Amino acid sequence: MDVTLKLRRYNPEVSDEVSWETFSVVQQPTDRVLDALHTIKWDQDGTLTFRRSCAHGVCGSDAMRINGRNRLACKTLLKDVNPGKPITVEPIQGLPVLKDLVVDMEPFFAAYKSVMPFLITDGNEPTRERVQSQKDRDRFDDTTKCILCAACTTSCPVYWADGQYFGPQAIVGAHRFIFDSRDEGTAQRLEILNDNEGVWRCRTTFNCTEACPRGIEVTKAIQEVKRALIFRR
Amino acid sequence: MATSTPVIQAPRNLASKSNFELYSWLFMRLSGVLLVFLVLAHLFVNLMLGDGIDGVDFAFVAGKWSSPFWQTWDLLMLWLAQLHGTNGLRTIINDYAERDGTRFWLKSLLYLASIVVIVLGTLVIFTFDPCIDPDSTLSVCQ
Ligand code: HEM
Repeated sequence: MDVTLKLRRYNPEVSDEVSWETFSVVQQPTDRVLDALHTIKWDQDGTLTFRRSCAHGVCGSDAMRINGRNRLACKTLLKDVNPGKPITVEPIQGLPVLKDLVVDMEPFFAAYKSVMPFLITDGNEPTRERVQSQKDRDRFDDTTKCILCAACTTSCPVYWADGQYFGPQAIVGAHRFIFDSRDEGTAQRLEILNDNEGVWRCRTTFNCTEACPRGIEVTKAIQEVKRALIFRR
Repeated sequence: MATSTPVIQAPRNLASKSNFELYSWLFMRLSGVLLVFLVLAHLFVNLMLGDGIDGVDFAFVAGKWSSPFWQTWDLLMLWLAQLHGTNGLRTIINDYAERDGTRFWLKSLLYLASIVVIVLGTLVIFTFDPCIDPDSTLSVCQ
C-alpha cells in the first residue's frame, strides 16, 4: 500500500521557519504510523526527528498529533487513519517544539511533580506491605494506567492558551493518590488543585478523554477531584 | 522508623489559599439552574400570555413593576444573569487572552460594564415611576 505522510518539520539549527514536507512510503495497512516514520527516517531522510522508546504503547514517548488528533504513533494503525489521503503528523501542541516532532516535556513534568505523585503516609511504617482491599484498589485503578505521554494535556484547549494550567495529566496523577486508601496526602493534593490554575480551569470539553491512548476516563477523573474538593471537610 | 510528609519544592508558586474558584464554579451551576426557571417563565409571561408580544409596552412594564413579586423576580434575574454572565466572560478572558496586560484591561472593562448594568438596573427596578409623563392616562396615575 502506498501511503503519503505530511510531516511538520522544524529545525532551529537550520531555520526558524516551520515547513511541511511530504513523503511517500510503501507499508502494510496493518503497519503503524510509527513504522511509516521509521521507513522515512531509515530510508529517506535521516534528519527526521521524533521520540520513541519501547514502540509498543507503554513508555509514552511517541505521542503526536496525527490527522489532528493526539495519538501514540506506535498504537495507531495506518488503515485506521484514512491512508487514502495524506496523513498529517505534527508535534503535540502547547509545549515548545525542539525539533520536528520532539517537544520540550519539562513544563508538563513540572505540573506532574507539583501534585506530589508519590505515596504520603504518617506514623510508623508497617513491617509488611500496606494491605488494601480489592475494592479500595479498584477505586483508583483507572488512573494508575497513565503512561505520562502528554496526549491528554496537549489536547486541552485551556492548556494551549494557558500553560500555567496543571492540565489533565497532573490531575490524573493526583487522582491516583487522592483516591488511594493508603495515602494520607489527600488534603495537600486537593489544596494544590484548588489553585486558580487547578481543576476549576477544566471546561469539560472531553478532548483529554478522547486523546488518552490508555483509555483512561480523564474528564471523569477531573470531575471526581472537583467533587472531592466541594465535599471535603 | 517514623516517616513524615516529605517536603518537596513545588515547581510553581501557588496563589494564596482561597476557595474563590470553587465557589465561582459552583455559582455557575446553581445560578444556571435558577436562570432556566426564571428566564423561561419570564419569556412565557411576557411573550405568550395575554396579547403576547403586542402587549409589551410602557403600561405593561409599569403594571408588572407595581407588584413586589415581579420586582423581586426581575431583580433576581438581573443579578443572577449579570453575575453569571460576568463570571462566564471572566473565564473566557482567562482562557483566551494571552498577555497579562490584555487580560487585565479586558477584565477591568468587563467589571466596570457589569457594575454599571447592575447598579442602573437595580435603580430602575426600585425607582421606576409609572407616572413620569404628567399627561399619563394610566389608571395608577389618575
Ligand atoms: C438559561 C439558563 C442558563 C444555564 C443553565 C447556564 C449554565 C451555565 C453553566 C453550567 C456554565 C459553566 C460552563 C463551564 O464551566 O464550562 C455557563 C457558562 C456561561 N454562561 Fe450560562 N447559563 C444560563 C444562562 C446564561 C445567561 C442568561 C448568560 C448571559 C448573561 C450566560 C452566560 C454564560 C457565559 C458567558 C458562560 C461562560 C462560557 C464558558 O465557560 O465557556 N448564561 N452557563
